[in-house]
Amino acid sequence: METEKKLRLIPNPVHMYLRPHKKFPHIWCPGCSDGITAGSMIRAIDKLKISRDELVMVSGIGCASRLPVYFDFCSLHTTHGRPIAFASGVKMANPKLKVVVVTGDGDATAIGGNHFIHACRRNLDLTVILFNNNVYGMTGGQYSPTTPKRAYAATAPYGNYEPSFNIPKLAIAAGATFVARGTASNARQLESLIAQALQHKGLALVEVLSICPSVFSFYNKCGNGAQMLTQLKDTTITVEKANELRAKGETVEKWEIGILHKEENIDEFSAYYAEHAGKDRTPFSMHMSTLDL
Amino acid sequence: MPETYKPIKLSRGKKVAFLMGNEACSVAALHAGCRFYAGYPITPSSEVAAVMALKLPQYGGAFMQMEDEISSIAAVIGAAMTGVKAMTATSGPGFSLKQENIGYACLCEVPCVIVNVQRGGPSTGLPTQASQSDVMQAKWGTHGDHPIVALAPSTVAEIYEYTIQAFNISEMYRTPVILLLDEVLSHLRERLEIPPLDDTEKRLVNRKTPTVKPKDFKPYDTAFGDVPPMAAFGSGYRFHTTGLIHDEAGFPTERSDEIVPLLERINRKIKSDDPKLTFWREFYTDDMTSLVISYGASARVTKRAVELARKQGKKIGMLHLITLWPSPERLLARLVRKVKKVFVVEMNMGQYILEVQRFAGDSVKVKPVNRIDGRLFEPADVLKEIVK
Repeated sequence: METEKKLRLIPNPVHMYLRPHKKFPHIWCPGCSDGITAGSMIRAIDKLKISRDELVMVSGIGCASRLPVYFDFCSLHTTHGRPIAFASGVKMANPKLKVVVVTGDGDATAIGGNHFIHACRRNLDLTVILFNNNVYGMTGGQYSPTTPKRAYAATAPYGNYEPSFNIPKLAIAAGATFVARGTASNARQLESLIAQALQHKGLALVEVLSICPSVFSFYNKCGNGAQMLTQLKDTTITVEKANELRAKGETVEKWEIGILHKEENIDEFSAYYAEHAGKDRTPFSMHMSTLDL
Repeated sequence: MPETYKPIKLSRGKKVAFLMGNEACSVAALHAGCRFYAGYPITPSSEVAAVMALKLPQYGGAFMQMEDEISSIAAVIGAAMTGVKAMTATSGPGFSLKQENIGYACLCEVPCVIVNVQRGGPSTGLPTQASQSDVMQAKWGTHGDHPIVALAPSTVAEIYEYTIQAFNISEMYRTPVILLLDEVLSHLRERLEIPPLDDTEKRLVNRKTPTVKPKDFKPYDTAFGDVPPMAAFGSGYRFHTTGLIHDEAGFPTERSDEIVPLLERINRKIKSDDPKLTFWREFYTDDMTSLVISYGASARVTKRAVELARKQGKKIGMLHLITLWPSPERLLARLVRKVKKVFVVEMNMGQYILEVQRFAGDSVKVKPVNRIDGRLFEPADVLKEIVK
């Protein structure tokens, strides 16, 4: 009883950021891990004391992309696959804003794959939180670019024939300067990874390994949310532990979680543009460059 | 625009320049207050982006060359949400790609300007040649019932003027505005008199911003009329924007009593014949027995053909439309019902003629005059048809 009373007295920062009216019950299914990730995000934002008025949350289409509606920031729920493109416009037009993109595996690496790699290349200061649940949940369980080969889906009734993306590798190859992977089964580590991503100057990606106990589990018989989270825990290993194992000559066959890649001293795009554009001289004497217009 | 990007000092007096249509469009956008441009290279609109890349930083704005057409319009909408005037330019294939997000801007009521330098289609079509075959796409290209404004200038001077009007209309009504140019106009060089910047700035329109306290703010508050005040991201007002059908507070809804008023309002706010967005010219319409209707580059040729016909004693009048959408219904009805015969001159297989036919009863014959080979009409081509 005493413990319960004490727990109730601990203020939950997440509650202070909720939009109170008409949003609940939320759209996520029982057992979904998106709420855990949302909690980690909000606690990270709260810990860093980022002003609510200066944070813009941009999302695309999908289960995860419904997140911004629940939280009291400026939020832009955009079209399928395009949140990073919308966010680029927000950031370039007002570089003082902190811009967070909430997206999913289908949204960011299928329909929005082009925007994703180019945002990584540009190194614009966006924090991309990518919820990877290996499936298109909202539309009923079709296979996504991260559905494992041979896993079942609404559109893979014989098992998925396609190989899948390793999203952090894709981001690193494309030039992202901060790449991390967390899981919904480790909310504390996820919170810390998101906090570090938010502090990074440049494109920061946090892939969040997530679960879909509704449709993914329906086709692949993975059990309920709690069972899927346990499986997630068992199939992941921290980067530090993985490195120790490798040092001992052992092979690592689990998903590595933690900071996978970090580069400082790479120009952030909006700052570089502000520093150079209009001040550099063009060597070209074009018709328009000679005109006082 | 925040102070991140520092503008240089620009001379502000009256100027005269010899400009291409595309260049005039960019200069007008800058003078209209456009401070963000995102685009993707496409012929024949390329010069718009080149001039923006060159000049925008000098005006304290930002230019982005995006990875594709879709992200260009997306970035423009994102920028507009921060309170900035923003524009993109493209041509037929790119205009097709942008359609989904144009619908987003219509529903979320985000002011922005989309320049479509028309070229021959369908598909890759005739990239270096002129056409007016995106007229219907400008109205119906994106899905769902939505309002749109489309302007079609016919000279370099008109491109300058109506680019400024496009920004004004977009800000006044919180709507995307399509500027329909075509390859001929865009690459045509003409003398352009640019009024002093102070005069231009005096007639610029900026979106209404909220005056209520942030806690009372609703992004689609109908208490302020059909065009609600718009807050900028980062201005202290926190709100949600979604491409889902939303309530006045901006949040998704599936309630009939919220869906219907929203759709009715956004379609009602852009009115046919509204003097603030309806631009046209009439010539010889007092004594006419037949009427020729045209717009864009075709209208220049048509004007000449009508003058030649008048010299032959034919009582032909002309309606030169600049605002194509919303179609000026009362104007069309008034002029079309005055005559027995109407010609619609356009570089397509007959698109705007369908609008004209809506107002012609059985007693009025409406005839198409079309050219679809990527070349502009010759006055003689048009003359031959209208004096038949």
